[in-house]
Amino acid sequence: MSVNDYTRLGAAQIASSVRAGEASPADMIGASFKRAAEIGAGPDELNIFLHSDEKASIEEAEQMRPRIQNATDLGVLAGVPVAIKDNIASLGLPTTCGSKVLRGYVSPFEATAIARLRANGAIIVAKTNMDEFAMGSSTENSAFGPTRNPLDVRRVPGGSSGGSAAAVAAGITPIALGSETGGSVRQPAAFCGVVGVKPTYGRVSRYGLVAFASSLDQIGVLGRTVDDAALALETIAGFDAMDSTSSDADVPIYRLASLGKPAPEARNPDAQAMRIGRSPIPPPPLPGPTTLEGVVIGRPKEYFPESLDPDIRHRCDRALDRLRSMGATVRDISLPRSPLAIPVYYILAPAEASSNLARFDGVRYGLRVDPGKGLKAMYEATRSEGFGPEVTRRILLGTYVLSAGYYDAYYKKAQAVRTLIADDFRAVFASGVHAIFTPTTPTTAFPIGAISDPYEMYLNDIFTVTANLAGVPAMSVPIGRIRRLPVGGQIITAHFDEYAMFRVAYALEAGLGAEAHQ
Amino acid sequence: MPVTRQDVLHISELARLGVEGARADELTKELTAILSHMEVLSQVDTATVPTTAELGAGGTPLRPDVGVPPLMSGTLGSIAPAMRDGFFIVPRLASHEDSGESGA
Amino acid sequence: MTQSRYEMVVGLEVHVQLKTRTKAFCGCSADFGAPPNTNVCPVCLALPGALPVLNEHAVELAVRAAVGLGCRIDPVSIFARKNYFYPDLPKGYQISQFDQPLAVGGSVVVERSEKGTDLRIGITRLHMEEDAGKSIHDRYPGETAIDLNRAGVPLIEIVSEPDIRTSAGAGAYLRTLKQILQYLDVSDVSMEEGSLRVDANISVRPPGQGKLGTKTEVKNMNSFSAVEKALEAEFARQCELLDSGGNVEQQTLLWDGAKETVRPSRTKEGSHDYRYFPEPDLRPLVLDSKWVEHTRKDLPELPTAKKTRLATEYELSVVEVEQLTANPALAEYFEAAARASSDGKAAYNWVMGEVQVALRSSAEDIGHFRVRPADLAQLITLVRDGTISHTAAKRVFAQMAETGKPAAQIAADEGLVQVGDEGAIATWVDEVLDEHPEEAARYLAGEKKLQGVLVGFVMKKSKGRADPRRVNQLLSSRGG
Repeated sequence: MSVNDYTRLGAAQIASSVRAGEASPADMIGASFKRAAEIGAGPDELNIFLHSDEKASIEEAEQMRPRIQNATDLGVLAGVPVAIKDNIASLGLPTTCGSKVLRGYVSPFEATAIARLRANGAIIVAKTNMDEFAMGSSTENSAFGPTRNPLDVRRVPGGSSGGSAAAVAAGITPIALGSETGGSVRQPAAFCGVVGVKPTYGRVSRYGLVAFASSLDQIGVLGRTVDDAALALETIAGFDAMDSTSSDADVPIYRLASLGKPAPEARNPDAQAMRIGRSPIPPPPLPGPTTLEGVVIGRPKEYFPESLDPDIRHRCDRALDRLRSMGATVRDISLPRSPLAIPVYYILAPAEASSNLARFDGVRYGLRVDPGKGLKAMYEATRSEGFGPEVTRRILLGTYVLSAGYYDAYYKKAQAVRTLIADDFRAVFASGVHAIFTPTTPTTAFPIGAISDPYEMYLNDIFTVTANLAGVPAMSVPIGRIRRLPVGGQIITAHFDEYAMFRVAYALEAGLGAEAHQ
Repeated sequence: MPVTRQDVLHISELARLGVEGARADELTKELTAILSHMEVLSQVDTATVPTTAELGAGGTPLRPDVGVPPLMSGTLGSIAPAMRDGFFIVPRLASHEDSGESGA
Repeated sequence: MTQSRYEMVVGLEVHVQLKTRTKAFCGCSADFGAPPNTNVCPVCLALPGALPVLNEHAVELAVRAAVGLGCRIDPVSIFARKNYFYPDLPKGYQISQFDQPLAVGGSVVVERSEKGTDLRIGITRLHMEEDAGKSIHDRYPGETAIDLNRAGVPLIEIVSEPDIRTSAGAGAYLRTLKQILQYLDVSDVSMEEGSLRVDANISVRPPGQGKLGTKTEVKNMNSFSAVEKALEAEFARQCELLDSGGNVEQQTLLWDGAKETVRPSRTKEGSHDYRYFPEPDLRPLVLDSKWVEHTRKDLPELPTAKKTRLATEYELSVVEVEQLTANPALAEYFEAAARASSDGKAAYNWVMGEVQVALRSSAEDIGHFRVRPADLAQLITLVRDGTISHTAAKRVFAQMAETGKPAAQIAADEGLVQVGDEGAIATWVDEVLDEHPEEAARYLAGEKKLQGVLVGFVMKKSKGRADPRRVNQLLSSRGG
């Protein structure tokens, strides 16, 4: 494997050739920037990168050289270029959340997830474009202009993690971090034909993830393959004392290739130290990637309505056939409260957002616009100038549903229905279903500017948002194309059962083979 | 129930968003339209649903009362819009006597 | 005059800063007085992406306070966000507790020693929250300076029932509450340093009327006596308003200590809509019932119990125990000295006498006083067994306070040990009679009242060492 094959290399392959001394980290980083330039990642073209510093990244890679010569183990992601969504706090590069209110802001601290990537040898090449404060499903809501889908530049890449999905789809980085609140990793993964994972709520530390809706937010990973995504998630998962909502549940090994082998982290003292919680534990023995004997896949009827696009239905049916042919049993199930998820989500998420975004007040950091008419005028000028229309709309919506007289009818009600939606999932998994399969999105990538009605845009999250409300893990894997545009299939499993989710994903990927991109 | 322009101005005031003029009218329509999709929730029976507090599984983790370095690189001056003598500086509140809200 | 036609109804909200080393939700120092914005970090600056983690000791102190005030502790309580904009509130919300507080339903008993009847003031609730930073308005013209060192320091808010009927009652409640919190050792409870702050809710009604009148909230009092004065002023204002046919308007008022009046705060009523909702960055606070029970058992002795016990154990009067228990450190000092010397009365006299004088002149805290209770007990013992005179003891004590040396050593070094030896005393008496022939003659002739004068001469000659009892005996026998 040489650096010339860069765009075809998986993260694990890059790391192993770097660790073996076959390629230098700087070559890999150079190749990533070369690819970015080729494909046009800059603001005037695909607009994938918001911030990058080629010189600094190459320098960081060069600094690994002596450690390679000393045969120091650099970690499972040694020399792997990674792109990071711009709402995850990083040292060095700015963290703007795609918003004018944070233009130029460089965080003085780093997110736990990024620190864990770095501790395992990864090198950050860019902060990627996104819908402002992750509010959107197309990356059109960025204050710095929309990102274009590398597969069709007239179309959106999905969102809000559109920049990260596009970076992976374009072959700039094998893996990227995104964030989810209602589908913001899975939906762009589906639109760009890559793998996108939203872990269980609490699986990955939120420390350093700029909050949109704290009870739903979760850092997720994007990769070209299931294996890339599994490796990335393994690296960043685990308890963090800085996040009160992070879980101390054991982190199993997700990678198929590692089954039966000692966890790679165990050989990396730095990485070990980064894992404040438990060390990875090997998963229970399951059959290999080509068989799903004994695995029950649930097909919820609410996610396959009459109105579902027939081409999308067809790709899903084909995927289910492949799972069946590998030994899985497909069972019709129901998640009856799922149709209520969009109303619930668009009450709870804006409510939390209205509070989370109060800190952008022009006092301590970020934009300040001061018309010279006192404090309140400064607040209002800063926030009306700093926030785009969708963020303003959601802050107002959230303020409204929390305000006196409306709290019970909206917020409290939505909270109760959220519990019912989660109960549906619990009941299904308790009935012996190992994984649920659905389409990730109701459509393929739509043209830039095609959707102007806010609620119509919200409906993009219709199949993804339930997993966020229930807190369960879910991922999107490519299951084919319609008129050259990718289609994603969604796999959902029970709380902290990412292992089962990856097992099904590995099998589906193998079962579909080239069909996944046809 | 429809959102009124008055409502929009009131919540814009609470959220310090400075919404005014034609934008307030647009937002009134938009919020009314969005909230009309939420009405469906009022028909769901949630009488027996336990509240978050009743669930309460696994309490919030506690941190020992020991000092840690602030884990920050750089100085506040590099991120603050206005600082003087170590203070953040903001324009005076129109009625600055109303410190009633501060101090919890 | 008109005021007697109304009765005052008052409830108090007391904010108390908990005595922790670090802030409620981050590892920054909670110390008072550091240069501005030096005890800050991403969490208490509300930098994007930072998250709160609750301080264990803050929970312990809050629970101890709640148990000490007789509250019921809820095994599950919920943190909530109170949303409002203010430049010293970095997140744009305060983490507090709202509809599921840490504790409810306690009480404070205010002892009324003069009138004999005790006053019970109910505690509605006690909850945990974080403090805001400081806004300084008078430093730069047209601008406000913000210091966030205090932002995030842990507080408890103690809300009383509207059980208070007089301004003096409010003062007595606050003094009692402060004393209890001192005994519980949960806070420095200093109004000057802002570690105890009081807001008052007040309404008026004709006596006997059950329904409460419209209340106002009075803020900005910086001492207990300011609370009392502010309540009187607001009571008078409300009474006059009603008498002139007006209505009390629900509003927030600020006490102006210089003018001794209340004036409306300029906040518009109705603009307070705090939009409370459960804090999603923290899980519910779940308390183990065994641990709460343990806290209850480990509670320090509270003032009322201590007073009763000290009075019986050391045979002291109500006034005396009242003085000794004014603060827990003083009571502890007294009791240690009383135990070690087996003499409560003497310990009381020393502690409230010489010890207080010494502390006042050196502006020292009794906790750091150089004369430890055991040293004082030794001094008391020396006096009791006649080794030194009471006069000499005062000189010894002064030196102990200065040098920290033990009493016996000072007495020996300074030659203050009493001489009871007949021969030595007889020699001094003889010498005095020789040196004062006139007084000696008159005394020996029967002028008994001169005995005191002669004893004085002997004491002076002996430099205080002569045992005055023996001197008297000897003189009497000569004169007899």
